[in-house]
Amino acid sequence: MAEVEETLKRIQTHKGVIGTIVVNAEGIPIRTTLDNSTTVQYAGLLHQLTMKARSTVRDLDPQNDLTFLRIRPKKHEIMVAPDKEYLLIVIQNPSE
Amino acid sequence: MSTKRPKSTTTTSKGKDKKADESSAGSVAGSGHPNDILPLTLTSATQELFGCRCDEDVTGDNPYKILRKEDIVQDMRMRAAVSDFSPMKQLVLDYPEDELLLVYDRDFIYGSSFYLVLTADAKERHLKPVVALGVEVALEREPSEVFAAQKTSEPQPWISLGSEQEIEEESVTDSRPRLKYRISRVRREFGAPIFFSDRNAMETKDGFIECTPYQDKNFSLKQMERHTGVQTIPNLKSSSTQTQWTYPRSMCTQYEPREFSEEKKENCLQSEKLKNFVNSVASRFEIAIQQNEIMDVFFDDWKALSEEDSGYGRKADPHLKEYQSFTDLHFSKEKTISNINWHPTINGVIAVAVTERLSFEDRINGSTKLLLNPSLILFWSFSDPINPQLLLECPDDVFSFEFCPSDPNIIVGGCMNGQVVLWDISTHVEQLQGTRTSGGKNIAANTNALQGFEDKRENETPVVRYCAVSGIENGHKAPITDIQWLPGTFEVSRMGVPMENKNGICVQIVTCAPDCCVMFWDIRAPRVLQTMADQRKQKVEEKPLENPHGVPNTFKHLDLTWKPLIRVSLPKIDTSGEYSPLKISLRDNTCDNHTGSNADRAHLNAERSEVAPEYALLRVPSAKQLKPLEDICTRLYAGTEDGELVYTDWKLEKDNDSGRLFSAKPSHRFIIHDGQVNTVRRSPFFKDIILTVGGWTFAIWKEGVTNGPIIQSSCSQKKCTVGYWSQSRPAVLFIGKEDGNIDVWDLLEKTHEPSQTQNITATQITCIKPWIVSSKQHLLAVSDHLGTLHILEIPWTLRSPSSNEKLSMSKYFEKEVDRLVYFEKRREMRAKEKKDYEAEELRKKTEPIIPEKQVEQILEEAMKEYEDYLSLETVILKEMGLLPDTDKVDI
Repeated sequence: MAEVEETLKRIQTHKGVIGTIVVNAEGIPIRTTLDNSTTVQYAGLLHQLTMKARSTVRDLDPQNDLTFLRIRPKKHEIMVAPDKEYLLIVIQNPSE
Repeated sequence: MSTKRPKSTTTTSKGKDKKADESSAGSVAGSGHPNDILPLTLTSATQELFGCRCDEDVTGDNPYKILRKEDIVQDMRMRAAVSDFSPMKQLVLDYPEDELLLVYDRDFIYGSSFYLVLTADAKERHLKPVVALGVEVALEREPSEVFAAQKTSEPQPWISLGSEQEIEEESVTDSRPRLKYRISRVRREFGAPIFFSDRNAMETKDGFIECTPYQDKNFSLKQMERHTGVQTIPNLKSSSTQTQWTYPRSMCTQYEPREFSEEKKENCLQSEKLKNFVNSVASRFEIAIQQNEIMDVFFDDWKALSEEDSGYGRKADPHLKEYQSFTDLHFSKEKTISNINWHPTINGVIAVAVTERLSFEDRINGSTKLLLNPSLILFWSFSDPINPQLLLECPDDVFSFEFCPSDPNIIVGGCMNGQVVLWDISTHVEQLQGTRTSGGKNIAANTNALQGFEDKRENETPVVRYCAVSGIENGHKAPITDIQWLPGTFEVSRMGVPMENKNGICVQIVTCAPDCCVMFWDIRAPRVLQTMADQRKQKVEEKPLENPHGVPNTFKHLDLTWKPLIRVSLPKIDTSGEYSPLKISLRDNTCDNHTGSNADRAHLNAERSEVAPEYALLRVPSAKQLKPLEDICTRLYAGTEDGELVYTDWKLEKDNDSGRLFSAKPSHRFIIHDGQVNTVRRSPFFKDIILTVGGWTFAIWKEGVTNGPIIQSSCSQKKCTVGYWSQSRPAVLFIGKEDGNIDVWDLLEKTHEPSQTQNITATQITCIKPWIVSSKQHLLAVSDHLGTLHILEIPWTLRSPSSNEKLSMSKYFEKEVDRLVYFEKRREMRAKEKKDYEAEELRKKTEPIIPEKQVEQILEEAMKEYEDYLSLETVILKEMGLLPDTDKVDI
């Protein structure tokens, strides 16, 4: 437990990181550093997008799988790492 | 033999009934009378001769007359051809009997008046009573007699034409006589018992008759072709359903996202899987985040490079260029300009307030002369540098004035005697707009010129008199130095609480003056006077109020009775007395936000100007009707005469004892400047950054930071008279000096001295106002002490912001704030240290003096110490076991 905390904290304290969210396979947030409404929104939307991206990758090559997804809006960058059961979302502002 | 005559429906049976066998007597053919009678006509001579005169001898009832044959013959002999009987001579001669019957045919049944019966039978019949028989026969015979073409056909023998053969063929007749058979059997054979026996059908030939089945070829024929027609039709099916619709009902659903409860979250966090997942995934994140930190891959260097170089060529000249200057010899001679304002909507129109250039004593001395010279606000237009376009008349010198943001035709000004003045220039707006294009020749075309002031010369500049003025006793007691409109988003109630503004337009004004008051005014009619206003309105309707000077009636309800809504005083914090504000600045104000281009503003104003509000009809609503707004900051900064900046709240509090409203003491006060504070302005980019200019320095403050100014400039050589933020660059500000210089400070470039200094005029600069005409033209209006208005054009370097300028500035301000905070902390620490040090010193000083010890005593003490030490040493060595046995110790 402490390990998990420590790792997440390490990610969170990087320069420019706005927030981190841990989401389970169904899109329900487990742990977050942002406020509730934002978290719920991010979790729901990114969960769907990740599923779609993953299915795309696998359609192209069934032996392939999605490891990392980076979305770059104008204001900041969203990074998503999917797994079988969980999803980790990090939002970072790359350059001030 | 006898042919029957076809019946005729037109027969008319007249009483003549004949027997059927009469026909056999004499068949009729063709002619209309039977054969045994002969109609004839007798002349009157003949009638006399034979004694059968009509209607005398013979009548209808007795028509019969017997004539002797011999007479007739004799008559015939005598008269030969002339005799009436000649046609029937032969008949008469053939007559068997001697007497002939002559019948008088009164009704001309047979075509003549008489007829002669030719046969004896007929005679008999006629004479004998005739029985009615065979009506049909009569009927039959009658028409035939009528139709008679005077020819009776004789029965002819039947001529065979061969038709009987067919009949014979068809008819069934016996071709031979019928045969008769008689069959008999012996009687004893009847009723004998019957014996059955079997017989094989196959034994005998022809014992049976077989009907073998065979394949009928007719049924094995295969139809190879078939000619049929096919038609496709849509498969239509009509059905209906009945929905039971009673009434519409609006339904709603409410959903919320699924979330885990706290325990579940804890469980998840504890799970092994999550740990593994996070560990495996973290490295990817590290890489990605670090990548982002190192450099921003999407940053367009090429584009950023071009931004700085696009002004190449123009960059060489960073100076403000003179664009135009306005002076009026007639109106602004010997006068100075106190305030400038650009017209919000009309391009190229600028208004200046012209005031006397006299000190206080001179004013008093020359007051009579001053009364004759009215004070004015001049409207200049770029198209006409010589003549002002419009003059606004003021009751006294105006030190500050503002256009109403929601209706640019309303101008409010604050006078030297403490009055607040309102003008309405809606009648002259077209002229102002028109002169822009036509060059000032259309002034005469406007016949709205006032009757009172109309001069004979057509080119006289129109003068607009103020339409409302506050009461002298109600207003300020000192010249009003700052006046501002409150934005149309909120309005202030009697207690100072900001409420929502239902009208959406600017209706309230805030003024300040060195009489230690800040006042809030409302341009609507107060509620109390509603009944009176109605009465007054009725009176007005009776006789239309003639404006003696052509002043519009917009603010008639306020004239001379106008009172401020709220009076906020600024009591001093520590001592008694009050602060005397010269300039104020509110957080939500209308003065500092000119960052939009003119097009936007014009668009906004076009939207609003559709509905010119009827100010006379607006009423101040009661405080209960409106909703108070929470997010409006009610604090304002005021710069005072003594060079202080005061931060206070304008909300009034109620004193419980006396029930009077009073204003709270200001929360903060800072003494910064060495002279009067002449500018308090907020930055158009940062709502909480305030610039104050006064004395020889200027300072930048941040709202909420109460330690002091975050930036304070060094003292300059000459006094700073006025300052203003640049409208397009967050880091640039303009400071006007006493010697006519304009200092351009670029805070990102240099903070210890201005980045640029330019001399505009020879005397003190009194006001600076920048204006954005278009993206390519930014103008700066500068007025000086001599009454000249200079319009300068801001060069490209000073008007286009560098990239991230706002961000840099905000960072800079934050750094400064941090510096202040740090300094404060250090100061505290230092103070504490100092205190401690002093306490220490004090303590030392106050300690009792210990008498000096004797030398022997010191020696004794030292020896004792040494012995103690030796014993300690032995003890320790003994404990450690290092000391050899005491018995063995040799001293």
